[in-house]
This record gives sequence, structure tokens and C-alpha cells, in this order.
Amino acid sequence: MSKASPSLLPEIFRDWFRSRGWEPREHQLQLLAKAKAGRSVLLVAPTGAGKTLAGFLPSLAELSERGAGRGTAKGERGLHTLYISPLKALATDIARNLEAPVQEMGLPIRIETRTGDTPSHKRARQIERPPDILLTTPEQLALLLAHREAGKFFKDLRRVVLDELHSLVTSKRGDLLSLGLARLLSLAPQATTVGLSATVREPDDLRRYLVPQSEHEKAFADLVVVKGGAQPDIRMLELDEHLPLAGHTASLSMPAIYGLIKQHKTTLVFVNTRLQAEYTFQELWKLNDDGLAIALHHGSLDVAQRRRVEEAMAAGRLKAVVCTATLDLGIDWGDVDLVVNVGAPKGASRIMQRIGRSNHRMDEPSQAYLVPANRFEILECRAALDAVHEAAQDTPDARTGALDVLCQHILGMACADPFRLEDLYEEVRSAAPYAALTWEDFEACVAFVATGGYALRAYERFAKIVKGNDGLWRVRDGRVAQQYRLNVGTIVESTMIKVRLGKTSRARPGTVLPRGRILGEIEEYFAETLTPGDTFLFAGEVLRFEGIAEDEVLVTRAASGTDPMIPSYEGGKFPLSTFLAARVREILADPFEWDRLPPQMTEWLLQQRRRSIVPGPRDLLVETFPRGNRFYMTCFPFEGRLAHQTLGMLLTRRLERARLKPLGFVANDYGIAVYASSDIAARAAREPGFMDELFAEDMLGDDLEDWLAESSLMKRTFRQCAVIAGLIERRFPGEQKTGRQVTISTDLVYDVLRKHEPDHVLLRAARADAATGLLDVKRLGMMLQRIRGRIIHKPLDRVSPLSVSVMLEIGRERVYSDNADEILAEAEAALLDEALA
Amino acid sequence: MTALRKNKQTTHEIELAGQLALLDLSGGLYLPAHDALLVADLHFEKGSSFARRGMMLPPYDTRETLDALVDVVARFNPRAVVALGDSFHDVGGPDRLGDEERSTLSGVQSGRDWVWVTGNHDRILPESIGGQVVEQMRLGSLILRHEPAAGEQAEVAGHLHPVGKVVMRGRATRRRCFLTDGKRCIMPALGAYAGGLNACDAAFKPLFPSGFTAHLIGTERIFAIAKSMLCRD
Repeated sequence: MSKASPSLLPEIFRDWFRSRGWEPREHQLQLLAKAKAGRSVLLVAPTGAGKTLAGFLPSLAELSERGAGRGTAKGERGLHTLYISPLKALATDIARNLEAPVQEMGLPIRIETRTGDTPSHKRARQIERPPDILLTTPEQLALLLAHREAGKFFKDLRRVVLDELHSLVTSKRGDLLSLGLARLLSLAPQATTVGLSATVREPDDLRRYLVPQSEHEKAFADLVVVKGGAQPDIRMLELDEHLPLAGHTASLSMPAIYGLIKQHKTTLVFVNTRLQAEYTFQELWKLNDDGLAIALHHGSLDVAQRRRVEEAMAAGRLKAVVCTATLDLGIDWGDVDLVVNVGAPKGASRIMQRIGRSNHRMDEPSQAYLVPANRFEILECRAALDAVHEAAQDTPDARTGALDVLCQHILGMACADPFRLEDLYEEVRSAAPYAALTWEDFEACVAFVATGGYALRAYERFAKIVKGNDGLWRVRDGRVAQQYRLNVGTIVESTMIKVRLGKTSRARPGTVLPRGRILGEIEEYFAETLTPGDTFLFAGEVLRFEGIAEDEVLVTRAASGTDPMIPSYEGGKFPLSTFLAARVREILADPFEWDRLPPQMTEWLLQQRRRSIVPGPRDLLVETFPRGNRFYMTCFPFEGRLAHQTLGMLLTRRLERARLKPLGFVANDYGIAVYASSDIAARAAREPGFMDELFAEDMLGDDLEDWLAESSLMKRTFRQCAVIAGLIERRFPGEQKTGRQVTISTDLVYDVLRKHEPDHVLLRAARADAATGLLDVKRLGMMLQRIRGRIIHKPLDRVSPLSVSVMLEIGRERVYSDNADEILAEAEAALLDEALA
Repeated sequence: MTALRKNKQTTHEIELAGQLALLDLSGGLYLPAHDALLVADLHFEKGSSFARRGMMLPPYDTRETLDALVDVVARFNPRAVVALGDSFHDVGGPDRLGDEERSTLSGVQSGRDWVWVTGNHDRILPESIGGQVVEQMRLGSLILRHEPAAGEQAEVAGHLHPVGKVVMRGRATRRRCFLTDGKRCIMPALGAYAGGLNACDAAFKPLFPSGFTAHLIGTERIFAIAKSMLCRD
């Protein structure tokens, strides 16, 4: 790429850079040149490269040249630049950072944010008199686009800046945003886009996302890449003690982590789950004799508490923050000089983005430690270290746009302006995730929005959008538009439930009153599994579950020294990436690689080789062995917990059919253990080919369908689709107790729909989600294909070193079963026991 | 399907106010002494009731509920059927009933006494819907009505849609159930879209001052669960 000239930058900007002792960076100038040429562009740069400023510089330059003579009449000049960030906090943060140069240069530029917190009078004013630069989120953009004034509001738009694009595009929010972008670019064809992204595996996917796609060829935005600075200084934390074979707490490593925190200025301690965060935070405080300022930050904590931590961090008052993925995104955290990642890295790109949080000056190497919590995680850390050194990426594939999101968008567009079906179809297909959308699917979505799209056309007279005599589709009335506004967005938040600290009633001992403060939120499905008296870790303390009252979880503080009863480690939210999994299998399979592992690991693998075998990189090792009065079968696909859970569900069904009486199974990121009361090994010995049949790919046919009928995970997936598509209204906190008759359980809807219209668009949307989401069916399918003919069954008389690790999950992980009758029979038996006692 | 049916144990015997009652897997209750089948909270046309307000639920709920009703009536072939109120989700429900559903309903009504007890959702029922409409009725020692009333009188009622939630070693299930103390029985809702109220809710307390047993409707049979085993939501 030819060098861009600094003369592209207006004088006043050059002076400003000089006054701060800075030089405009090459990529910043390149972006200016692209803007001048009217090109859309993807900027890929590591943290600390001045990405955000680069994204805004062309806008600031243009706006400054437009001069102070801004329109005198109201609304004469429209919005110039729209900035979209995945986080409300990030939008606010960036607005603050932009104000500094604008004020210092005295530029006549009005910058405003628009988030869920923006008061309604300010929103109205923004529509009437748009700022020059507006910073907002994908949801707010959807609302703006559904506004009747949208056309006028956006007509002068010159630039759209999409921040943290790599993280946005991986979810349904990215689908929603792509549709919004398509509409924006129809309203303002002159506008160009700028995508800001961390390093990704396939930049071409993001380049397509930024520009309208056409039927005949793929279109790409230009690409500007900033090479990473110094190699990160990253290593694995090695201990003298042996790590446990399972578990995710890394308790042995806490003193070493504490030591590292002490030696550095500011440390970010990343963990994978909220519960790991809670645990790590508590353990560090137990060691904290120096009274270091160590804070906790995760998405479930109360917003006010999170904001306090963020402010203290930015002000440099904290020594360390223990945090989850909520801090993965690019809020400026001041001078972090060390990143510690506790537990499995899960993915190479993920770990690199986390490491990038340290040392915001990109020319200095980032300092980071990976802390494995168990022996398998040593393998995973080793694989991740290799990937970091090769700068290998494993960001996920580009998404196919979800149909439930499209349904939501169609209703929004009807709220904005009447449309012709063909026009909207063309516009939707200009969004990269929807480029391959068929007319049939589009029509099905429109039919869904109108009347539910059922074969039985019972709701014509209640239609939400209707086709007029002019051939245009429009929203029926203002009430429907209001409904749309309340339901916009792809994050189904009602799955969270508030946790409130209760007070014991003086008048009635034993009664707990909901009089304390809100501590944060937990997942509804986690709350569902708690029984009064259970203790669990939350918000840095051990809490006792008292019950659910008024749609809140009521808790009290447990007596000090209480160990939490509910281990509730839900595993990482993110399953082990396919890429790292393959590397782990390779390391495992190659004894020469073992030399690069800590001695305790090598020793363990040698033992495995003596007692059983160590599988090749493409093989599936299946071990069977008796223990107690049960028969166990373990296998190690390394495909991540979600795919393994699905595999376990399907395997137990097949074992059931083979009359081998399976009792349950547990799964982790590496493998599963199934236990039965009949001898699986004996059957395999009698029937050659039994194992091959057991793991045959056809389990993804009828077995999967049968299971999906009753799977609670599938029902959860369906519920999310139903809310996003607008089938049912989003529940809001505090509105949930409005009476039985106005709420409807989506589980009941799922059952009825599945029976009467199994190919309905919503069920198809839910199945598409199941392929990659909570059930990870797609990955399971790939695995079953990979291992075909490569299953190595090793009957043993006792548990092997490899199997111990997954066996230890028994009792720690939840035992999975969706069989209601089993649960009920157990409860009924308890009644009998009581009676006989 | 036939293979499944074989394992099914569709009824479950209890004693209610001194007489035998059969709790059915469908959610119905059969009283052999009176050759009468009781069903509660059918909530026909709940789907279309939601559709009026812009929530286009699959329009198959009435059909689904009717299928269950036809099935249980066919098995007992009772002399009388009593629907314990909220048979329609709203007063306009009977009008919205599709032709096919209407004829299925008359089919199942014919050849037996059919009684609609009114409920809070369907205080008024048109004559065209067939059968007899009453506010409450007596069957031997039992009062049949929609809303249960606390007190000594033995009764069978609906209205509350009880469900029981059981958690065993981290696994939870939530099922429709009958609640009874041997004198009073609150029936589960039979409607395909009828939700449920947790049996631990305070609403049940005055009805069963000395506790109850919950009979939870499983997939293959009904399970008797002690109150102490039930969890809140």
C-alpha cells in the first residue's frame, strides 16, 4: 500500500498532533485517504493502535472543514457520522474521549450519545436537531430506523463507524445490525462505512459485512491492517505442586497470582465464568494481607457496583480486577501492565484479545500469564501459547442471518414506512449475513410478522402488517408499533433474575423479608435448581438461598466460614474452539511434543500409555471399565462441553434402547463419562461393530429429533427465538406478576407448534440456533464424521489416568437428564421412604 | 406409538370424600360412582384471544385440547361430563371456534349429559355451545365449582391451574398436578395453552390447612408427591 501523505490532515489537526508530541499514524492517514476517495474500509489493528481515533479522524476533518457556518435554521444539516458500539458504556466512553480533541482544537462539532439511558426529551430533540456525530448501540439504531422520521434523520449521513466489529458480527445482534446497516445505506447511499476490528481469521467476512452485497458478486470493503507491535511476553504459570485432574478453581495457583499482582502496577485477572470470578476474588482476598485494592467485575453484578469498579480502574485506584468476558471489549482501562488468564483459554483469538488489554502502548510487549486449573488445561494452555506465537486466529465463521431477527426487522421497517415486498427483499439481501436468503424464507418471515404464518389461516383479521390496495405493506396501527418498540433487540434478558439480600424478620423468626439491597442478577435456570437452604457464591460472598419472592431471588448471608454447597460451575460460556481442540489432540498424540509440557503432565501421559493408550489426533478413544456396581464408558472427542452434552444425551438414549440401562452421564470440554447398570464392554465383546454403531452419525437423525421434543435446552432456544421474532412479548422485571392469563409459557407453544407445524419458520430458526448454540449439533456432526471407522475401544478393568479427569466431574457437574418421569419417580420414592422410616 | 401406550398407566386411584376417584393422565378426574368425568380449565381459543392482541400463537391449541378431551371421554365413555369453568378463554371464545372444532365438540357431547360450570373467563356461554350451563353443582357429597372455597364442604374445583415442581439432585421438572387432602381436590388445567401456578403458592394454603398430596402428571404415569418434596419456582 502506498504511503498516505500527512497533508491529508487539515492544518489545525497537524498542529494539534504536534502540540501533544504525536505523529499521525500511517493507518490513520490511510483511513483519511479512503474517506476522501469515498471508500468503505475495514481497519484491523491490535489494541492500543489508536483505532478509534483513526475511525473518527476523517469525520472530524470533514466536519472541521465544513466550517463554523453551521445551519441556522433548525434541522438544516443532518447527522454526519453514526458510531455503533456493542456496549452502552463504550459509546459513552468514546464520546468523552472525542470531546477532548474537539474542544482543544475548538471545532464546531456536536457529539451526542443515544442509549437506553437517554431521557425522552433529549431523544425527541435529537430527532429534530441531529448532532454531527451520534454514538449509539445496534438496538438504538433499530429503533431509530423504525421511526417515521428515519428517512429525514439519516439523509445527510456521510459515515458509519462500527466499533469492535469482530465481536458484534458473531451474534444475532450482528444480524440485526447488518439489517440496520442495509436500511441506512438505502436511506443514505452516499455514506461509507468504517469497521474497527481486532485481528480475525477471515477479514474478508468483515469486509463483506461493511458494504452492500449484490446478487451476482461478492462486494468487499477495502482493508487496512496494522501489524501487531512487539511479540507478547506470555507464559504459562508453572507450579511445583501437581495440578488436580479436574476442577476449574485453580486454587493452588492463587498465592502465585497474588504474588504477580503485588509485583505489577495494575493487573487484570480474566476468568471464564461468573462463578470462577466469584471464587478467585474470594481466594485472593483471603491472601490479601497487604490490603491491596482488588475488585470484582462481572456481568451479573449490579450496574452501580460495576460502574464504581470501572471508575476506580480508570482512575488508577485499583491494583487488580477479577473479571469475566464483560471486560473483553475495548473500554479504556488505564495502565494495565499484566493480564492473568485463569483457566482454559478456550480460543486462540480470545486469548490474544485478552492479552491485548495489557499495555496500551502497542510497541511494548504485553505481559501475560496463562494459569491452567487442571491437567487438561495445561494442554490447552500449551496449544494456546503456540497459537499466540504463530499469531494463528480461530475466530468463528461468518453467520447466516437468523430468521427470527429478520422477522423483528420486517416489523420495524413496516413501522417506519410502507414498503413493497420486492424492495425490502432486495435491501435485506444486500446485508452480507442475508445475501443468500431465499424468497420463500423471506415470504415466510413476512407471513409470520403479519399473522403468525400458520398453514391454518385463522388470524387474518388480526394481522399486524397488512398489504394495502397500493401494494404496500404497512403496520396496522400505533399499538403494533408500540409493541415493536418494546420488543426490539436480540438479547433476551428475562432469563436473568435479580438477587436481593433479605432481612430476617424480628417479629416472626424464620421468615425472611425482602428488605435488603439488590446484589445483581443470576440466570433464571440456575435459580430454578436451587432449593431453600442451598448456599452459593455470589457478589463476593457466600449466600444462602431463601426462596423466590416477587420475581426476585431472596438470599441471606451465610454464616462466615460456610463453604458454598452448590458447586454450579457451568463451564465456560465459550466451548473450546475447534482449532485449539485439534491442537490439543495433536500434542496428546505426539510423544515428542510431551517434552514441551511440564513434567507432571508428561508423567501422567506416560501412565496413560502404560495403562491404556493415548489416541492419535483423529481417533476417538473409548474406554470401558467397571467401578463399584456400575459400568462406565468414557470417551474423549475434545469438542467442547456443549457438543458433549448433546452427545451424552443421544448416547444414553441409544444405550437405553440397547437395554444397557444407562443411569446418567457427565460432560466437560474434553470428554464424557456415561454410567450404566449393565456391562457395556461385555456387549461390545459379543457384538463386533457395536461401538461403531453406537457412535454412528445417524444419531443426528431420529434420536436427535426425539430428544429435541423434550429437551429443556431446545425449549430455551425456542423461547429466545419466539421473543426476538415478536411471537410473545418480552417480559420486563416487575411486570411479570401481571396474572396468569396474560403470560404464556413458550414451552407449551413449542409442544403444540412442533406437533402441528414442524417446519414453521420459528422452529426452523430455533433449529438453526441449536446447530451452533446451546446444543452445538453442527460440531457434533463434524466429530462423528471425523471418527467414523476410527473408534478405538479399550476395555479396562479399572479407570485410566485420562478417564479419572472426567470421572471427577461426577458429583461436581450436574447430571444431565430431561426425563421428567425419572425425577418424579425419585421424588415419589422419597415419600415412601419417609412413610416407612 | 402403540409401544409407548403399553407402558402407560393412564389412571391413578385416590379416595375423595369417601368415594373412589380415578385421576387420569390427561388431567381429567373420573368418579365411577356417578359415571361422571370432570375436566377443568380447558381455555379453548386462548390462542386466538392472544392473536387479537398481536401475539400470533399457533392456532392449534383448541384442536389440541379437544384431542385430549376426546381421548379421555372415549376411554371412560361416561354418562356425564362436567367442565369446571374457564372452558373458553374469553366470552368471545365460542364465536371464534372453528367449524371443525365445533363439530368435534358436538360429537363428544352427544349421547351424554354435558355440563358447563361457568368460570371467571367465561361467565356467559351461548346456548349454541350445547349442554347445560350452571354456576355450580352437587354430585353426591361433592360440590363441583370453578373457584375453590375454603371450608369444610368437600369439593372439586379448578381455577388455580396447580403445577408441582420437583428438584432431585439438580434436575428439575415442573408438571401439572392434582392437589388433594382427601376431601378437596383442585384439578390441573387441561387447556394446551393453560399455564400453571406453583402448588407452593400462598393461594393454596387456606384450601388445605393440614397439607395436601400432589399427584403430578408425568409422561407415562401419575406420581404421588409429598408437599414437602415440592419446590417453589
